[in-house]
Amino acid sequence: MSTILDPTDERVPVARQPTPRPMTITGSVALLDISKPRGNILLDQFEARLKERLPGVNFNRYAKPTFTKPAPDDLRQEIRARNDYVIEALAD
Amino acid sequence: MLPIKSQAPAFDLESAQGASHSFPSGQNTLICFIKEDCPTCKLIVPILEQLHQKQLLILAIGQTKDGNDRLIKEFDLTMPILDDSDLKVSFAYDIDTVPTLVKTLPSGNIEAQLIGFVKEEWQALLDTELADLDDGIAWTTLPDWRPGCGSLSVDPIIADRLRAEAENSPLRARKIEVAPADDEFEFMFDQGFSDGLPLVPPTPERVLRMLAGTSREPQDIVAILPPNLAQTTVEKVAINAVMAGCKPDYLPVVIAALEAACTDEFNAHGVMSTTMGASPVMVVNGPIRDRIGMNSTLGALGQGNRANATIGRAVRLALRNMGGAKPGGTERSTLGNPMKFTMCFAESEERSTWEPLHVERGFAATDSVVTLFGMTSGPVLIVDQTSVASEQLASSMAMSLLSVHHPKSYMGSDTLLVVCPEHLDTLQRDGEMSKKQLRRLIQDSLAQPLKQLAQDEKSGVGIAAETLAKMDATRQNKLVTKFPRDEDIHIVVAGSDAGKFSGAFHGWATGSIGTISVSRKIEE
Repeated sequence: MSTILDPTDERVPVARQPTPRPMTITGSVALLDISKPRGNILLDQFEARLKERLPGVNFNRYAKPTFTKPAPDDLRQEIRARNDYVIEALAD
Repeated sequence: MLPIKSQAPAFDLESAQGASHSFPSGQNTLICFIKEDCPTCKLIVPILEQLHQKQLLILAIGQTKDGNDRLIKEFDLTMPILDDSDLKVSFAYDIDTVPTLVKTLPSGNIEAQLIGFVKEEWQALLDTELADLDDGIAWTTLPDWRPGCGSLSVDPIIADRLRAEAENSPLRARKIEVAPADDEFEFMFDQGFSDGLPLVPPTPERVLRMLAGTSREPQDIVAILPPNLAQTTVEKVAINAVMAGCKPDYLPVVIAALEAACTDEFNAHGVMSTTMGASPVMVVNGPIRDRIGMNSTLGALGQGNRANATIGRAVRLALRNMGGAKPGGTERSTLGNPMKFTMCFAESEERSTWEPLHVERGFAATDSVVTLFGMTSGPVLIVDQTSVASEQLASSMAMSLLSVHHPKSYMGSDTLLVVCPEHLDTLQRDGEMSKKQLRRLIQDSLAQPLKQLAQDEKSGVGIAAETLAKMDATRQNKLVTKFPRDEDIHIVVAGSDAGKFSGAFHGWATGSIGTISVSRKIEE
């Protein structure tokens, strides 16, 4: 964690901007289960429905070892390298 | 070190053995700051351990976690060693040297401080503490004195961070935590802080170092920056100066330039927002030029000199981040221009035969001064390698200046003429030519009867036919000058000794309707 000082007049809250949402989906979508109960069932349903709607898109399944900790670096890097989008099943 | 009799700062620290220890505790206390890799600290650790076993209240404060563990193991200590690895307590006690022994009274006031190891001092202090108890220390085996080592809290890399984090830190700006997974450079782009080039992250340590460049208080208001009319403190200017890549020595120039920009005369709001794309051009005069290493000679108006480049950039970043002058927002320039990144240079006073710009504008030669011009383009090169007579070159320069705004646009703008040394020599070869004479020659050379400036089939710029038709012959034949007043031709000298290429910056709307150049003394 590094700290910087705000160079502005501080009228606007600091916030990360969301990545722009595309109009069409191509390439690969990661389906990430954070390992809370029934997250895998939710993602199964998502995957089946999305495959019907997006026949040209690849779906890759991932799971965090435990929901109590951030995803390991290796997993994050793999998801980033092999996918264009991520859908994360957050909670039970 | 803190003054004797002053109140010792309170603290809560955890020992390497896992227990919490608070100070003050209402008893006589010996606080000793130590560092494991200091031989003198190792010399006195067994003494502290003995005193601990004699039931004296010893708070040994170690400066590294690993070091504390090693000390406990090496000396088989029962005495707790408190973890000050973030060095905040060492910093609060203003410790320069380890070991430093601080004796405090039950009230928490400091009664004595011993630095390093001087046997007599330690013996005297412990005799008082232990009264008639035998201290059990083999004093004869100990050396008479040993110097201490530097405290980690004064390590230059660490000390700035500690100052920034201390309770009395002069910094008030909002702190932004950049998450570990974020690249801080990308983060600053995402937040819109950048002019399009990478920025130096304005960490608290860097901003504190920048603030050392001025004697002004960090919370002093420098200016109200348009268009947001943001009250801009010295601290905020320093943050933007860090991002721009300035050294602390440059900060007074940036502050003076912003003061000049935020005057009614200069009209930074108009300069930054006009669709014509104006920007401040900054000329620095006086002794500070050499002191901070500014360039006034070869390539002075170009890249390659840190002071020239970053002072101009810092002013622009402050106007952007504090003032809110962002392209697409209130900054509406049709084309923009590279001066909107930076444009700052020094005058070559030593090479000039004229009095320098700041002296001409009423300052002492020994003053350091920054002058701001609101300019829309430039430097437009005046390529004349063949004029050999003084007046020939003056009128040749005038011909180039005809293009300011448009050849048929008169009486609307000013110009900043940057005369190169070889051109200066030519201007002076037929006898001394003053700036005043040069201005008049340029104005005379470009003066035209009003009727010559009429709109026609080749140009819609000029005086409308119906306006001209309403004028009598005398009025139509009246000569008008290119620039409203002779003084609207600003003249400085810069550049290398080789090359007959002067340059001209072209102005915006000149006068109270638009912008008037402003000079400010640089207070160091």
